[in-house]
Amino acid sequence: MGEPFATRMRPGPDARPAGRILAGLDPMGTVFAGLLSLSLLALPLMIERPNRIAAGTSLMAWSALPAAAALAVLGIVGFAAALLTLRVAPSVRLAAGASALLLLGLAAGWAADHLTPPGDRYSRVSPDAGWWLAFVVAGLAAGDGLARLRPGPGTRIAALAAVTVLAGLALRSGFWDNLSIMREYAGHSDTFGREVRIHIGLALSSVTVAALIGIPAAILARPVPALRRTLLGFLNILQTIPSMALFGMLIAPLAWIGRSVPGAAELGIAGIGPAPALVALSAYALLPVAAATVAGLDAVPGPVRDAAQGVGMTGRQRLFQVDLPLALPALLTGIRIVLVQNIGLAVIAGLVGGGGLGVFVFQGISQNAGDLVLLGALPTVALASGSAVLLDAAIAVSRGRGAERAP
Amino acid sequence: MIALTGVSRVFGARAVVSNVSLKVEAGTILTIVGTSGSGKTTLLRMINRLVEPSAGTVRIAGRDIRDVPPHILRRGIGYAIQGHGLFPHRTVAENIAVVPRLLGWDRRRIAARVDALLALFHLDPGAYRDRFPAALSGGEQQRIGVARALAAEPPVLLMDEPFGALDPIIRGQAQADLLAIQRRTGTTVVLVTHDMDEALHLGDRIAVMDRGRLVQEAAPAALIGAPATDFVRALLGRGDRAFQLMALSVVDDLVEPGPAPGEPIPAGTSVRAALAESLWSQRPALPVSRDGVLLGRVTRTALEAQGARP
Amino acid sequence: MSRATRLAKLALLALLSAFLLTPQSFADLFRPFAPGDTPPIYTQTPLLTLTINQLLLVAAATVAASALAVGFAVAATRPAGRDILPFARALANLGQTFPPVAVLALAVPIFGFGSVPTLIALVLYGLLPVFETTLTGLSGLDPALMEAARGMGLTERQRLIQVELPLALPMILSGIRLTAVIGLATATIGSTVAASTLGEVIISGLLTGNTAYVLQGGLVVSALAILIDTAFHALERAATQRSGFGS
Repeated sequence: MGEPFATRMRPGPDARPAGRILAGLDPMGTVFAGLLSLSLLALPLMIERPNRIAAGTSLMAWSALPAAAALAVLGIVGFAAALLTLRVAPSVRLAAGASALLLLGLAAGWAADHLTPPGDRYSRVSPDAGWWLAFVVAGLAAGDGLARLRPGPGTRIAALAAVTVLAGLALRSGFWDNLSIMREYAGHSDTFGREVRIHIGLALSSVTVAALIGIPAAILARPVPALRRTLLGFLNILQTIPSMALFGMLIAPLAWIGRSVPGAAELGIAGIGPAPALVALSAYALLPVAAATVAGLDAVPGPVRDAAQGVGMTGRQRLFQVDLPLALPALLTGIRIVLVQNIGLAVIAGLVGGGGLGVFVFQGISQNAGDLVLLGALPTVALASGSAVLLDAAIAVSRGRGAERAP
Repeated sequence: MIALTGVSRVFGARAVVSNVSLKVEAGTILTIVGTSGSGKTTLLRMINRLVEPSAGTVRIAGRDIRDVPPHILRRGIGYAIQGHGLFPHRTVAENIAVVPRLLGWDRRRIAARVDALLALFHLDPGAYRDRFPAALSGGEQQRIGVARALAAEPPVLLMDEPFGALDPIIRGQAQADLLAIQRRTGTTVVLVTHDMDEALHLGDRIAVMDRGRLVQEAAPAALIGAPATDFVRALLGRGDRAFQLMALSVVDDLVEPGPAPGEPIPAGTSVRAALAESLWSQRPALPVSRDGVLLGRVTRTALEAQGARP
Repeated sequence: MSRATRLAKLALLALLSAFLLTPQSFADLFRPFAPGDTPPIYTQTPLLTLTINQLLLVAAATVAASALAVGFAVAATRPAGRDILPFARALANLGQTFPPVAVLALAVPIFGFGSVPTLIALVLYGLLPVFETTLTGLSGLDPALMEAARGMGLTERQRLIQVELPLALPMILSGIRLTAVIGLATATIGSTVAASTLGEVIISGLLTGNTAYVLQGGLVVSALAILIDTAFHALERAATQRSGFGS
């Protein structure tokens, strides 16, 4: 996981004249279309429960939605699926996937309103297997279209911003308020914002700590083979300790430090709370960051290094003007890996009283309330994917300068 | 200008360079030639302290280089290497400006210098200034590499196989450019190569290295005439010593008054090329002209005499 | 590997086996970490059973993820597969951005509690390392070599099986190693949804404040990870030497 993923996409012969339908079927698109049809026609769209933890009734699309809405959803998603089977331009694939996503989002809201009796506070309506499968497939189809367009960093960030704004507006408008997960949100709205902030704080600060320790350590240890082996070997072993165990093992020593070292408790060092989580997450982030730094510096071409020394740069000038700028893409790749990894791992903090979105996940698991689990899990996925897109764009930008090819 | 006295370098138990003493006169080109592993590159790198000598002293302009901090020393010495070592994240102009910037020149002076150097290497400043190295051809990258080495007008230029990666045609042009620029600036050049023809063509003097030792140091004609060891003889190649010798001198000194038939050859043509032309066109004498003015003629006999052992 | 390292690894293997076979003989070692009179060694399920369950789970997930990812990478490097390359890459990347706990949690409503959601999370999570390294291995082959293979008249299938895959094998193995090691640590999380793994021991320790259990579970998993890592490294070295990159 510390390996930098060196291969990059080659520009390929993918430019199809927009709008022109070439002969034959698109293999990938046909799979998508098949799965979309299967999910909407053969699997239940929504599930309705009389209360939060009772067993539910699964409903097919046509029973979960009012007739007009069902027609609209099946019609438009069906049309999108048909488009996907053909060899159409990437932008059309993107549009088809995106409109299927949009319709599914609308369907969830419509179904919740349709199935919830007016004034009922207990019944729960949630998406069922068919909705989830269709959602994932539509998302993949849209992503496939976007990927085939080979968007630049700016476009990717714009797409992310558009999705974020759209989802935010829909959440604000109260359109989904009758969905079970939003009911869970309503029940936990007093703590939700705080846990999100704790979660982001844990992930960001642990990556920052790891970068502040890992990058200088890698720079210092890299030129000395023995030191470098020791550093990477040690971090490697640290990486093998399962996250739950590392969180747990840190509780006792941190509690001891909090009790015994004067002033430590004021700094928030204690056996419970976010301290063990922060330490454990930072420890996990160290190896990828250090390994990426080492790999990035190793990849600086020998002649460039030689020339930098030969023209009379001091050690510091070589490091800051040549080595680090050239290692930056690899370094950012390392940061991206650990940030995404730590956003996911921070969920475990919920298990050891560290807070974050894991609180909802583990509460949900212990109460057997799937929608509460989702309230913790979905924002985590969104945070991880969003930060991956942002950092990928940053990596593309850092690679851009000087990477232009001869015409 | 540059004086090496008893210079050695030991890596572990292996002597890569042993006890080399050499002098390079100011304004001349010394080529160091040898097979790979002969220690020629190490010898070069000891002049700008990229490698520290294990024994012996190196002086530049009479000053022991150990008295100068390495990075300060290197800023005063141009350095160009095979594969050019351009910084891929900097533009052409930024690459050329590296040393002037390290030396703290003001911006206007740096910009003027960059443009002057680009023009010197037949590259249009407007078109090349803001390009990145990856967008240049191999020959262009190599020229920028040498331009960078010359940017701060160093009195000494060190070159390690600077033309090694170029194809023969571009290589010939690059060698001609280097000679022309060196004649104009009077820079003292030390150039490492494994190619004896290049060494003979460029060098005022040639140093031959073999397994860490300096086996011969001589002017090109003397080297061809009297190779000191079998190794030097092997490097020179067997049969065509006479032609190597003829390639070193030009026809200008052989011109005598008198008529000759056919198209004149320009002054500055090498003896070897003139002889070839004389044989090819079956003319026992060739007219010689400079800028369209007839100077006289050279005879085949005079040309042939240049191939005799010195 | 130096002799000292090899001896250390062998000692680790011996220690681990001894602990799993006769955990009670290590009770005194763990007693200081167990609060009050609680038993210092986890006994609800034998540690050996949990270890074997976890290894089987990880092995199944690793095999499935590797088969899928190698297949994807091979398809994506064929001329006809150029279209799916960006998509396959995006999909594998997406798999990695899904936190394992989230995948577990999301799979529970569909597949119920137990090992199945864990298996799915592990497969999803294991795709990217194998895919990326296989892609690197296949696309990093010397073009001259591939040209030579074509020139000798090998068909596309023969080139893949006789030239490309054997040469990419060390890279592929390094991806599988990453997947196995990551999977081993991740599988412990499966116990939060009632999969039978060593995570059970750790969770029990966390819930009862018994650090001895946390240590037991954690250390056994770490030791397993280090040993598996070592075994794969040995395999990679053998593959590298066979393909002639060894010297």
